[in-house]
Amino acid sequence: MPAEAMSGAEIVLKALVDQGVEVIFGYPGGAVLPIYDALFKQNALRHILVRHEQGAVHAAEGYARSTGRVGTVLVTSGPGATNAVTGLTDALMDSVPVVCLTGQVPTHLIGNDAFQEADTTGITRPCTKHNYLVRDVRDLARVLHEAFYVAKSGRPGPVVVDLPKDVLFASGSYSPPSAGQHKSYRPQLDPDPDKIAEAAALIGSAKRPLFYGGGGLVNSGAEACARFTELVRGLDIPCTLTLMGLGALPASDPHFLGMVGMHGTYEANMAMHDCDLLIAVGSRFDDRVTGRLNAFSPHSKKIHFDIDPSSINKNVHVDLAVVGDAGVALAKLGDALRAAERPLDGGAREEWWRRIDEWRRRDCLRYDKSRRDVIKPQYAIERLYAACRERDAYITTEVGQHQMWAAQFFKFEKPYHWMTSGGLGTMGYGLPAAVGVQVAHPEALVIDIAGEASILMNIQELSTVAQYRLPVKVFILNNQYMGMVRQWQELLHGGRYSESYTAALPDFVKLADAFGAFGRRVSDPADLDAAIGEMLAAPRAAIVDVAVDPTENCFPMIPSGAAHNEMLLGPQDEAKKPVSEEGMVLV
Amino acid sequence: MNGIERHTIAVLVDNEPGILARVVGLFSGRGYNIESLTVAEVDRVGHLSRISLVTSGTRMVIEQIKAQLDRLVPVHKVHDLTDEGPFVEREMALIKVAGRGESRIESLRLADIFRARVIDSTNESFVFEMTGSSDKLNAFIALMEPLGLVEVSRTGVVAISRGPGRF
Repeated sequence: MPAEAMSGAEIVLKALVDQGVEVIFGYPGGAVLPIYDALFKQNALRHILVRHEQGAVHAAEGYARSTGRVGTVLVTSGPGATNAVTGLTDALMDSVPVVCLTGQVPTHLIGNDAFQEADTTGITRPCTKHNYLVRDVRDLARVLHEAFYVAKSGRPGPVVVDLPKDVLFASGSYSPPSAGQHKSYRPQLDPDPDKIAEAAALIGSAKRPLFYGGGGLVNSGAEACARFTELVRGLDIPCTLTLMGLGALPASDPHFLGMVGMHGTYEANMAMHDCDLLIAVGSRFDDRVTGRLNAFSPHSKKIHFDIDPSSINKNVHVDLAVVGDAGVALAKLGDALRAAERPLDGGAREEWWRRIDEWRRRDCLRYDKSRRDVIKPQYAIERLYAACRERDAYITTEVGQHQMWAAQFFKFEKPYHWMTSGGLGTMGYGLPAAVGVQVAHPEALVIDIAGEASILMNIQELSTVAQYRLPVKVFILNNQYMGMVRQWQELLHGGRYSESYTAALPDFVKLADAFGAFGRRVSDPADLDAAIGEMLAAPRAAIVDVAVDPTENCFPMIPSGAAHNEMLLGPQDEAKKPVSEEGMVLV
Repeated sequence: MNGIERHTIAVLVDNEPGILARVVGLFSGRGYNIESLTVAEVDRVGHLSRISLVTSGTRMVIEQIKAQLDRLVPVHKVHDLTDEGPFVEREMALIKVAGRGESRIESLRLADIFRARVIDSTNESFVFEMTGSSDKLNAFIALMEPLGLVEVSRTGVVAISRGPGRF
């Protein structure tokens, strides 16, 4: 029996429903009017109207990263699609599964410089995992199902489906998702058993092993994180996590050394430098993690577990690569280690922990607590964490110093609770991401830890927050500077603070009021807890504008071009260890 | 580890719009070299095209190139012919030489030695067609230079493994 004829727009919505989509983040426009008309006539899909297409993609990212599901975006042609590009690039860099439907001018006008035409597949080719232009309604359902498969399979990422308006009006038949294999894209999930055996042998003979977990653990799922935690504990091996991996191992676990990398802890970076076996799981040896490559972990053998073969040997040559899904690989590794029953070298391990404890005693996250007249940004995050540690909070951030302080001072016990822009470093990510998280978890506490500069980049999303009565909390560390820019200007450019000071900041309390949110400014450390309490107690959205010490820098820090054992631990180190000339040119 | 290697790589891809842009964009975006690249459909039923490309880089870069190519969604197979064993490669060139008198005769004589064919001729020009290794083509073109070389059109390298095995 031939399937019932439907319009292209109806096929789009049916495909989304069959893919399990419940929420779409979008913004209408001429080319996608047929889809919006079809949306009007149904109840299965909820549409969240954002205020800028970049916000739509970040919201979908927040939704995806806090649920493990695919985020869905719907935007119009031309400017709708180009505005989405930053969000798509962000999702690509951080491996977030997103399907973005873009409108397109009718097929007969493509290439004519038509109104609101852009070469969307051309523009988004390098910033998506894959993209499609659907020229025929007969391909529509198949392409949409394939888009979801590609977005969530292997290393996840954003997929664009470009939909010309005539295809949306055309009449066609719907086909449900097929169970068959994709003709060419089949990422390897099961690791090679020989490699697992080799990994087990290396772990068995290591004297100073270190786990280095990343976002791939979170993407693999809560079960993968649980297996990872089990292995770390069972083997009694110290563990560090990347910015994207925070929460994969509970931060309260004594095996956790804190975050690794440029603003990671002293103990994590020193352990990375001195270990004899580095076990990377779902992490990609990013330049923020490795520091100077030729001095990176010079004494270690390296094992790299990753689902993406192109991540292996990209920056750092590893001795053993295990391609596959982290959850599957860790389960098999656990089996292999149990079967081997090889006693670990207890004496050496004890000595390794003794060294690590020595590094820990440096207390690298300490900061000046002597001043009573000004709020230190670190203190603000510490108090925020203390106030909501029992609340299972979801945290998003913008990008800059506040982001690093949040990563250092907020402790994540579970995956899916930490949403931040790692790879691309997108200022303006946090507020729309918080919108997506709150939509996915309506009852949860969702906080965007922000800087006053970043928050202004997508401040319009407060209007979305207001429309859907989302009780999102915005916690601004306001130092009146683009803090990380100022910090680098201080360290590298002789303190010439070129354009990094914002001279005309808004009154954030009035701004909150204008969008129907609770607002409060706080500058006295004595009032901080009360302000946080009011924010958390507010039944609606809230902005707390925390005036913090404008001169505070983010430490510890591996200056660009330096190695892990050349960290700056505080302001007193700045003068002693000037940044090298090679380091100057690095970002 | 750091020596520059030259590799001939064959890539089997879906013959669909934009596939060449994906491959070329990957090379330009990540700063890889392309010495030559050719593409044409080789399976009309399955709509598959075969890209032959010659690239150079350190071993780490060559491995990256293959891994990056392999993760493109419409890519079916990536084969490094240089690594995988004996293969043959050929390139074709059309070479236009203009001149009269002694140099014209000399170009024809050399073409004969190199087994180039004349496919167009006027009183003052030849177009030679020549197939062979890139080195052989380079050698012939260098010899034509003083004899009135006008222009050259080359296909880039196509390559296939030796023996009965298939890709």
